[in-house]
Amino acid sequence: MPHKAIEIDGLTKDYYTGFWRKRPHRALDGLTLQVENGEVFGFLGPNGAGKSTTLKLLMGLMFPTAGTARILGRSIEDVGMHKQIGYLPEQPYFYDYLTGRELLDYFARFFGYGPSERRERVDRFLERVGLSAAANIQLRKYSKGMLQRVGIAQAILHDPQVVFLDEPMSGLDPVGRREVRDIILDMRKHGRTVLFSTHILSDAEMLCDRVGVLLSGKLQGVGSPSEILDVRVQGMEILFELPPGRALPPDLAEQTTQTGSRLRVEVPEEELYAALERLHLRQARILSVTPIKATLEDYFFQLVGRENGEHHAVEISKE
Amino acid sequence: MHTWVVAINTFREAVRDRVLYNLIFFSLLMMGAAVLVGGISIGIEHLVIVNLGLTAISIFGIVMAVFIGVGLVYKEIDKRTLYALLARPIRRWEFLTGKYAGLLLTLAVNTALMTVGLAMALLYVSHGFLRADFSILVAIYFILLELALITALALLFSCFCSPMISTILTIGLYIAGVFSSDIRSFGALTGSSLAGGITSALYYVLPNFHNFNVIAAAAHGEAIPAALIVQNTLYAMAYIALVLFPAAAIFSHRDLK
Repeated sequence: MPHKAIEIDGLTKDYYTGFWRKRPHRALDGLTLQVENGEVFGFLGPNGAGKSTTLKLLMGLMFPTAGTARILGRSIEDVGMHKQIGYLPEQPYFYDYLTGRELLDYFARFFGYGPSERRERVDRFLERVGLSAAANIQLRKYSKGMLQRVGIAQAILHDPQVVFLDEPMSGLDPVGRREVRDIILDMRKHGRTVLFSTHILSDAEMLCDRVGVLLSGKLQGVGSPSEILDVRVQGMEILFELPPGRALPPDLAEQTTQTGSRLRVEVPEEELYAALERLHLRQARILSVTPIKATLEDYFFQLVGRENGEHHAVEISKE
Repeated sequence: MHTWVVAINTFREAVRDRVLYNLIFFSLLMMGAAVLVGGISIGIEHLVIVNLGLTAISIFGIVMAVFIGVGLVYKEIDKRTLYALLARPIRRWEFLTGKYAGLLLTLAVNTALMTVGLAMALLYVSHGFLRADFSILVAIYFILLELALITALALLFSCFCSPMISTILTIGLYIAGVFSSDIRSFGALTGSSLAGGITSALYYVLPNFHNFNVIAAAAHGEAIPAALIVQNTLYAMAYIALVLFPAAAIFSHRDLK
């Protein structure tokens, strides 16, 4: 039976703060999660939720207080497994005395490629991230977006099976974000597994097979973006225009707003047809009917609000 | 293999950070000394140039070993350049020994170039080399061993201390190591068995830098015994291993936040 790409079991990390009397702060609390091969998985959560901590634990940059994890069936303590994974750290910073080409060549040397293969790969991936023209410029002269691009190039340079990207869209302009999205989709097309953390929820909605939401070190839930959104259709929006002299139906008048000649009303999903019927009786011209779905962003804020003591009825599928 | 990849990059970093610019100061010092000594000294030009040259090579090397050594690991953690690197199939001890070897390579190249400068100054004042000048090369070899040991100490401290604390500890240990024989003698002079025991223990525990200093002998053209060369080589290798093992152990278990 093939191994799952990522298996995390009860991963916990405590940080100790304070000088004299060290107090533990739990950054990650019993994270259990599995990511399938070929899946694009989005890791969502506000700052300090534990996303980067999780990735650092998986990369062996930190050591767990409790729990275990396996990547492609091999323990995260097994450095040999790193041949099959790629990692983009958050806000990456590389040796600024190297050029983009030298940096990629340096990293490629750890995989035992010969000079000609290194050269070919470096050129290919510099082009892939749009840095061919800046290949021979020292990294200290790179913009934040360029550093992010070279960071992505170094993460995928060796064609890894599993790629971990910590905030890959950070610092990128819309063109750069689109290019990174294309790279992620291309990796998925080639059967690679991608786990990335992000604050940009539209990217998660667009790219991810599944997302996991982390809050204060605890996994709140896992599911596909559509699963999460489908359970929370908040109502229907009707855009319409009325002929001159026609009044609004009394029961809709209160909720209706007007911009120029256009009127907008939100009604519960089950009252949609009755509302349309009443508008039809007044010879209203219906311009559009749109379901109002909460965005992942709304969902996110609801979770944060719940964490802060507010209670919202948010249900998502749990694994 | 991975160690060598990291070492070469560390050397490249030192070169691009203009570390070797110190050679300009060394060259100016040697040229000035040669011209000055040639004008005013009678018969001791060789002695003065060798003394000055070897002392300068030692001081320049120590300053580099300490100040670059304490930042070797710290800088990588602080700037987070280490994160992407350790995601490669490289073990932490390979990274650490690579950084160490890279700085040693830098120090060796720097020392070799300074040796050429010293040789040219000697050629200027003595118009040739003597057979006894071989001792100068032995003295330079001992300086390199000393630098290798200092670098190892700086690297050890930098695995768990800030650069400032690491600098203080490394320089403090170097000074204590230079005077370790005197510390033991002082303990014996007190007449107290406790003080004598403590200072004797310190003598054996502290790195003995005193034995690496043969500058005076080299300046006077005295031959350096082969036994001392073997003893210093083995001592330095053993002590460096004793320092690098705990450094690797500490670094291998450290959280990189």
